Amino acid sequence: MKIHIKGGRLVDPRHGLDAPRDLFIAAGRIVGIGAAPDGFSANRVIDARGLVVAPGIVDLAARLREPGFEHKATLESEMRAAVAGGVTTLVVPPDTDPPLDEPGLVEMLKHRAKSLNLAHLHPLGALTARMEGERLAELAELRDAGCVAFSQANAPLPGTEVLWRALQYAATFGYGVWLQPQDPSLARGGVAHDGEVATRLGLGGIPSFAETIALATVLSLVRITGTRVHFCRLSTAEGVAMVRAAKREGLPVSADVAANHVHLSDIDIGWFDAHFHLVPPLRSIRDRDALRAGLADGTIDAICSDHTPVDEDAKLLPFAESEPGAVGLELLLPLTLKWAADAKVSLVDALARITSDPARVLRIGTGHLGAGQVADVCVFDPAAHVRVTPEWLRSQGKNTPFLGYELPGAVRYTLVAGHVVHEAPLA
Amino acid sequence: MRNPQLNAKGELRHLLTIEGLPREILLQILDTAKSFLGVTEREVKKVPLLRGKSVFNLFFEPSTRTRTTFEIAAKRLSADVVNLAISTSSQTKGETLLDTVDNLSAMHADMFVVRHASSGAPFLIAGHVKPHVHVVNAGDGRHAHPTQGLLDAYTIRHYKQDFTRLSVAIVGDILHSRVARSLIHALTTLGTPDVRVIGPQTLLPTGVERLGVSVHHDMAAGLRDVDVIVMLRLQNERMRGPLLPSAGEFFKAYGLTPEKLALAKPDAIVMHPGPMNRGVEIDSSVADGAQAVILPQVTFGIAVRMAVMSILAGASA
Repeated sequence: MKIHIKGGRLVDPRHGLDAPRDLFIAAGRIVGIGAAPDGFSANRVIDARGLVVAPGIVDLAARLREPGFEHKATLESEMRAAVAGGVTTLVVPPDTDPPLDEPGLVEMLKHRAKSLNLAHLHPLGALTARMEGERLAELAELRDAGCVAFSQANAPLPGTEVLWRALQYAATFGYGVWLQPQDPSLARGGVAHDGEVATRLGLGGIPSFAETIALATVLSLVRITGTRVHFCRLSTAEGVAMVRAAKREGLPVSADVAANHVHLSDIDIGWFDAHFHLVPPLRSIRDRDALRAGLADGTIDAICSDHTPVDEDAKLLPFAESEPGAVGLELLLPLTLKWAADAKVSLVDALARITSDPARVLRIGTGHLGAGQVADVCVFDPAAHVRVTPEWLRSQGKNTPFLGYELPGAVRYTLVAGHVVHEAPLA
Repeated sequence: MRNPQLNAKGELRHLLTIEGLPREILLQILDTAKSFLGVTEREVKKVPLLRGKSVFNLFFEPSTRTRTTFEIAAKRLSADVVNLAISTSSQTKGETLLDTVDNLSAMHADMFVVRHASSGAPFLIAGHVKPHVHVVNAGDGRHAHPTQGLLDAYTIRHYKQDFTRLSVAIVGDILHSRVARSLIHALTTLGTPDVRVIGPQTLLPTGVERLGVSVHHDMAAGLRDVDVIVMLRLQNERMRGPLLPSAGEFFKAYGLTPEKLALAKPDAIVMHPGPMNRGVEIDSSVADGAQAVILPQVTFGIAVRMAVMSILAGASA
């Protein structure tokens, strides 16, 4: 299959390119940028006039809910949501049931994903057995099965000794460890940012220092062990400052933020709207602004969807009892574009945070449109708006704080390895 | 965002929290309650305002006092009252909160009086019921207990008349107290210029001063020249642990004794939402003393709850 994407605006952050260029694809790879290679004759021409042609989006956190939570979502429903959102590579956290602490589970997941032939899937392995924080999981076995790094997802960080040993062990083999920095005892019973809103609503608070104390512990251990650590879902201004200082110090750390947290704050909870019950909690506007600044200056490497399908019943409960999380695979691009517009960030810099930068964190060679690359491409209309409704969302989960919003950026075509896996041209 | 308690005309449809309610509605409730106080003192203690209506007391958390006063209030309005104590066990059997509400709605409930351990639960119910059904929050988690806040305001008005020149101190476990939150909103809405909260740092919620109160850790300083003292109940499970070392140590610093009471204005009143822990937050001689208005609070509570239910039912006197 030879594809000619014609007349589009090519935006490739890795190469600093934002210019009108045609893209030529053959045998699943990019074979020409601007000019067709000799003898190229397209089987299909995609008219990209007025559209942006960008690398496929790399999402560092998307729960697909298999195995174990198929009533919330399935691999197929969520992979379809992914490509509908222009996401061609996604990282799945290990918090399935059972958790991804065994090579067999990882292999099965990868096999199932592959047979669907939609997006590329990279599992995170559990850092500890059953994610209980006591015994190390078999990291090398999991690595061989295809895990890109190791994580506790949102499960509590192991005790400091186990954490130290886990980081040492991971460093021995050069593995990366992904941690959501939150001190479990300080977060216990909390469902919202410990501040004025939680006080008014009488909701259990999670103080900002639950994040900074965990960060301080992990950073101290990174200094000793030299482990590559990726901090998942920063939420506080102080946390951003700590990661900024750690990077300046030269520590091998990276960080991401969930798209919801780039836009929302605890005030948006309103009168107990469970769609705003997220982990980590939405914090103050000051925190949100610091997250935005951290994204703009590169302290935060990536925006992820933190996609978490939740069934409707689990949200139709009092706030504290509701299941936290929001879907986001189909909103990652629109919310990134909205941030770019709000913060006056260029399109090329904004797209870097969902393509080349997360690919760098993952140490995979994708996330850009270089010649010879696997042709993962997202073609979208930056001027069109999408209206977020339950019917519009392809994800099985309809839980998002952005229901009813109009957001910029409509994906028209998604290509994975040179195949058109999603198309929604203007009618 | 429209206040979910008000209908399009700005009338009270549900009573879920005092926060955000206009002053006029609070005064309407207090004035209506005053007119009902006479009813409770008559020989035939009934008015027909809720005749033919069904009030369901839906208590997901145990309560005798509050449930009883709601029951009496509804019966004095001639409503049919159904009391349901729903243990959390029926919820663990798989029936969700809204399933329960749907089932009871099918029995033609006109009003739900809801107590629930989770903050916000009555909002969920209010957003779910049919338009003619009303919801009264009888206490949700740490969030709100609006009829208690209103009866406290009623009591203060009864003894002190004008809210706009008062100093009010609320003492004790503010962190876990829905009573304190509702009273603070009532007082600030009614124009009380000086509302103080007094307690150790461990029992004050983050950012409480943003509710419009001043914060005191020293009880003597906090009580100086106040007109009203509201003592909060300290729950047993809070008396020892990471928040407090012991009930005795709490009493030493924050218990209301005659000596501390003497720091307030000579005509200051002492209130308590009950049930009291004598010797933990309040000395018996104060609880039974001349300045205590704790029992009148209970009487006023019935009139206030009658007022709320009759206004919600659109049958205000």
